[in-house]
Amino acid sequence: MNFDDTPQEAAFRAEAKAWISANAPKQYEEELRKSSLGRTVLKGANILEVAKAWQKKKADAGWACLHWPKEYGGRGSSPIERVIWQQEEGPFGKLSGMFIIGHGMCGPTMMAFAGEEQKRKYLPPLASGEKVWCQLFSEPAGGSDVAGLRTRAEKNGDDWIINGQKIWTSGAHYSDYGILLTRTDPNVAKHKGLTMFFLDMKSPGVEVRPIKQASGQSDFNEVYFTDVKIPDSQRLGTVNDGWNVSLTTLMNERMSIGAGVSTGFPELFDFCNSLMLEDGPAIEDRSVRSKLANYAVKASGLRYTSMRAISALSKGERPGPENSIGKLVAGSMVQEVAMYALDLQGAAGVLSGPEEAEVAGKFQAMLLRAPGTRVEGGTDEIMRNIIAERVLGLPGDIRVDKDVPFNKIPTKGRA
Amino acid sequence: MNFDFSDEQKQMRDEARKFLAEKCPPKAVREVLDGKAPYDKTLWKGLAEMGFLGVAIPEEFGGAGAGHLELCVIAEEMGRANAPVPFSSTVYLAAEALLLAGSDAQKQKWLPKIASGEAIGTLALFEGKGNPSPKAIKLQASGGTLSGVKKPVPDGAIADFAVVAARTGSTGRDSDISLFLVDLKTGGVEAKSLTNVDPTRGQAELTFKNAKAEPLGAAGDGWSILTQVLDRAAVLLAFEQVGGSDRALEMGRDYALDRIAFGRPIGSFQAVKHILADMYVSATLARSNCYYGAWALSTNASELPEAAAAARISATQAFQHCSKNNIQVHGGMGFTWEFDCHMYYRRANTTALTLGSLSYWEDQLIDRMRKKNAA
Ligand SMILES: Cc1cc2nc3c(=O)[nH]c(=O)nc-3n(C[C@H](O)[C@H](O)[C@H](O)COP(=O)(O)OP(=O)(O)OC[C@H]3O[C@@H](n4cnc5c(N)ncnc54)[C@H](O)[C@@H]3O)c2cc1C
Repeated sequence: MNFDDTPQEAAFRAEAKAWISANAPKQYEEELRKSSLGRTVLKGANILEVAKAWQKKKADAGWACLHWPKEYGGRGSSPIERVIWQQEEGPFGKLSGMFIIGHGMCGPTMMAFAGEEQKRKYLPPLASGEKVWCQLFSEPAGGSDVAGLRTRAEKNGDDWIINGQKIWTSGAHYSDYGILLTRTDPNVAKHKGLTMFFLDMKSPGVEVRPIKQASGQSDFNEVYFTDVKIPDSQRLGTVNDGWNVSLTTLMNERMSIGAGVSTGFPELFDFCNSLMLEDGPAIEDRSVRSKLANYAVKASGLRYTSMRAISALSKGERPGPENSIGKLVAGSMVQEVAMYALDLQGAAGVLSGPEEAEVAGKFQAMLLRAPGTRVEGGTDEIMRNIIAERVLGLPGDIRVDKDVPFNKIPTKGRA
Repeated sequence: MNFDFSDEQKQMRDEARKFLAEKCPPKAVREVLDGKAPYDKTLWKGLAEMGFLGVAIPEEFGGAGAGHLELCVIAEEMGRANAPVPFSSTVYLAAEALLLAGSDAQKQKWLPKIASGEAIGTLALFEGKGNPSPKAIKLQASGGTLSGVKKPVPDGAIADFAVVAARTGSTGRDSDISLFLVDLKTGGVEAKSLTNVDPTRGQAELTFKNAKAEPLGAAGDGWSILTQVLDRAAVLLAFEQVGGSDRALEMGRDYALDRIAFGRPIGSFQAVKHILADMYVSATLARSNCYYGAWALSTNASELPEAAAAARISATQAFQHCSKNNIQVHGGMGFTWEFDCHMYYRRANTTALTLGSLSYWEDQLIDRMRKKNAA
């Protein structure tokens, strides 16, 4: 058991460190360091442009999507090298936020199911951030129950014609491409009639409408499809096998381990260290210390859980469902941390303006973003189901619609 | 980076698990629980023969000289089996104190006896309610003798020797405290068993009346040695707690698969599944914190104080969480004497207090994090 770099790892770290220090957009370092879940502000700059420029620079020098094969724009790195890179990239890594879905889910799905020529055409610009991708899975009728989706794809010669609506699509408003899960056969059970495609988001008939979120920001969208044409060559996997293709996508989400889920703890610790209460520094208060200690061991527990997972990865083991624990724990923790930080501010906790609020309203922004964190990528309840069923081996939920043809499944809870 | 135990260490864990499954089934634990014996003597002898008592004791002192990572994997199995033996008091507390501060002669005298199972040791620290603190130590040392009362002392009634924290100064500083070694069989000490929440882990009151004592470590170093002993024991005991958490989770899972209600295994009800998922989460977070503690302990890293506190808190929470919810999943059966659930519940809640309470360690953790931050 050790944390030491091997000579090879140490050499890689030194190289990465040197390159980052010579090339990173240092003018934004301080703002990025201070930014947290729900608040990434770069004064006087368009964050998408800054992020794209940094990603492009990395790609040109061979530092983008480290674990991807070189021919698809990556570096062919080992999982450990990826972690070392993340450690060295530090706050600049926060700029990759808008590429997470493309790099973490769409790319790997393309790698598994697209043709060789397509991979060479689409993957390098995805790796370099020149093209942004989104994931078009969720619908009003199917979120947790992804297979409940209704967007239709109908074959017409060599094309497919898409009609329907997606929702909660992160980044669709600035995306160039998307992976799309559709229904191709409503007469069979719901999991058996789905097909996956990728498409150009600028295709005629695609309409993106930003949704204003509870946090006040607009990061996700509704996407409408009206007679959108997708060539059959952009199908991923076989017809009606989309469910299995989507499982690859969802499984790849777990590969993002080590990316370090945000718990809010470092922010809270710093805050308690500096905040003055009536009787002195917050951190000297008995009850504050108790709360902090409880969050501290959750945060460290997650950190070392992910190190254990990385160690397993480096021995060639596959990431399993046990990695769902990161999202489950961090999601609700960040919400509790935000609430607690506001509580410590007392009456002034209601203020969120960067000028008047403590630490520029960081925790207020976190509070408003946190509910989404517990929902996106699978709700807390779905994560618990995954752990109970796939890790502990408990029986699956009873699925009353499992063998019912999709078009016979009831669509309203109360008649 | 390799944040895992080695294959040899895992093999040792399997060996210990197999041995304990055979020699320490719940029936054996119950002998002690029901008051038929103060501890399981046969098991104790067996542990010595397997070399488990001296795993981390150097060969020159009669041990196996394997190391602390190996001791961690044994500790986990001791916790999983709920072993009714004075392992933690002897191996984590007494032996660690000797290793840290003992003279060569003291080590030669006691460590081989620990490794061979001939001597049971303990640490006499507490004097009634409260948490570890120099101020709370009133027991007085003078002219090579000790006078005063210690309680609760883990396994105090069956111990052959004790490491005793005593007051040797009155400046109000930590340096007022010194440690002593007392052979409990030579007279001057009266031991009284105390009834406690977990009968499989005895607690006693030791009354010292001019008892002969020899210094352990330099005079005035007592508190600093104690702090180190507590940190080391915290990591080791945390592994026991993780072993117990895992066992409680397994018991709950197995019951949920077998018990039918409303025509279905109760494990198919989401409310039950989610209880078990949360048990898994707390046990996993604790395990990961413990691994970090094991690394810090085995390398004597400067991170040990912080890592030990984190492991201790996390493992205490996990064991309490898993053992109480294991009973819940078992329903009425879980609340019977006959089912094993309460043995883990008792152990979880007494282990939570033996090295200082949860709130004590919370305080320690934040102190240590602050110091590191300031440095
Ligand atoms: C910020 C954000 C970004 C997102 N980005 C994307 C994106 O880019 N692409 C995309 O495709 N989707 C995206 N989503 C959608 C997200 O995946 C879904 O919102 C999520 O899976 C939940 O589905 P739902 O909203 O339909 O809720 P529902 O499924 O309707 O759930 C409502 C409630 O019922 C519970 N529930 C449902 N089923 C079960 C069950 N079987 N057992 C127990 N409880 C259950 C849920 O836990 C929840 O509490 C995003 C969502 C958010 C909030």
